[in-house]
Amino acid sequence: MTQWFAAINPQLLWALGGVLGVLAVATIAGLVIKLVVKTPSAQGTIDNLNKRIRSWWVMVAIFALTLAVGPIGSLVLFGILSFLALREYITLVPTRRADHHTLFWTFFLFTPLQYFLLGIKWSGFVIVIPVYAFLFIPATMALAGDIQDFLERAAKIQWGLMICVYCMSYAPALLTLDIRGGYGPDAKLLLFLVIVDQLSDVLQYVWGKLLGRHKIAPVVSPNKTWEGFIGGVLSATAVGAGLWWMTPFTPAVAAAMSLLITLLGFAGGLVMSAIKRDRGVKDYGTLIEGHGGILDRMDSVIFAAPVFFHVVRFFYGIL
Amino acid sequence: MSAHPLAGVIAGAARFVSGVQVVWLGSRPQARQTVYFANHTSHLDFVVLWSSLPENLREQTRPVAAQDYWESGLRRKVAVDVFNALLVPRGREGAGGQNGASARASETIDHLVLGMGDCYSLIIFPEGTRGTGEEVAPFKSGLYYLCRQKPGVQLVPVYMENLNRILPKGEFLPVPFIGRVAFGPPMAFDAAEPKADFLARARDAVCSLRQS
Repeated sequence: MTQWFAAINPQLLWALGGVLGVLAVATIAGLVIKLVVKTPSAQGTIDNLNKRIRSWWVMVAIFALTLAVGPIGSLVLFGILSFLALREYITLVPTRRADHHTLFWTFFLFTPLQYFLLGIKWSGFVIVIPVYAFLFIPATMALAGDIQDFLERAAKIQWGLMICVYCMSYAPALLTLDIRGGYGPDAKLLLFLVIVDQLSDVLQYVWGKLLGRHKIAPVVSPNKTWEGFIGGVLSATAVGAGLWWMTPFTPAVAAAMSLLITLLGFAGGLVMSAIKRDRGVKDYGTLIEGHGGILDRMDSVIFAAPVFFHVVRFFYGIL
Repeated sequence: MSAHPLAGVIAGAARFVSGVQVVWLGSRPQARQTVYFANHTSHLDFVVLWSSLPENLREQTRPVAAQDYWESGLRRKVAVDVFNALLVPRGREGAGGQNGASARASETIDHLVLGMGDCYSLIIFPEGTRGTGEEVAPFKSGLYYLCRQKPGVQLVPVYMENLNRILPKGEFLPVPFIGRVAFGPPMAFDAAEPKADFLARARDAVCSLRQS
């Protein structure tokens, strides 16, 4: 514990302070714009924006508190997020009565197990779900004896577990990395990933609202535009490069890593949106006011985290 | 009478497990005698419906539950002592001859009317038994006879979604799907309407609240 507090170094506090500063500016800007705009549709947009900003305060507070508790805090937080995300996903996906036991073990065995393995820093966390859960799911479903749409049902549960639990768990897995050259392990890499990734989402939204003309994927995600995508990715990459001091990277590498995170985050948003459209819903849930569900907020982290983890480990980790 | 202290705890737990979203479509919670009638797919139903009501209405609302299931031991303690449930014998229409059945049915209705007094609301599941969640079964006649005896009460249809996926018939381990409880617009009762039409209309009112 004391070791951990020693590891909450000035850099981490600076980064968190920066996030709070940006939020404060956004909050004031939101209140000012609210007074200025007159048309009902602009009012609607700004009300939603202010709701989002309010929710950001809550999310940042929870995230910062769990970082302060130590690795256990982040593991518990992401474990809960995985559980809630999987719940949103499974609720949306058609399952049958015979899947009940398989789903029970998916929620109450594999989800906690993944985070437990990270907690004891056992490197086997990378294979438990892709190998053991992958085989366990169709095996128990076959035992349940319902053959209708068997492959679809098994694949949907496997996919949900991979996305909501396995991929998401790579974010706190950054806390278990041993980096060469005496960096960490501490929370700064996780914070870097989350800041760049979420900022990219926000900036894509902002650029899209300001300049958006040409739709990038009208069927899958009608609000995404080329202008928003390019503006968001470039500006988030620039900010990420400017955060090199909290990472083991040089500014150029920090820029490349940020570009990787933002592109994968974009892909995540698109994929999770395609699932929503297919199921005919707008949001995965209602848990986060103004944003939707956990999966609406975490879709980009889910795609960025595993790749970022493996790239960092390959080039900077003690293998 | 104020609600049992455990009721709040169990209701909170049920709402947490079912992650339930409560929506009022074309109606709003009102502090007047009401019969909430809903589809029935899970043992969680009456607890979740009860806990979906605003706190001030809960202690005035009594679930109606099947005697044969809820009468023994711990279940009875939960149903009767904690939730102030009314236990009624399950209607077996047609069994035991027409006269025997209708005599028992009218006893049941009297029991419900007595249990309502002039301040309690009721939660009832007119299908009579839990379904699979795919279709709502035809409604039993109890709802109709109850309305004839208490024509002044408000009738509110409720559709409960996904609870059968959380805890289906015959399971005791829950899977945490997100449930939904939708309260519909109050339905009028007209004593001149034939029984079958009224029951079909009530069933349609419940089904129309279905999301998917």
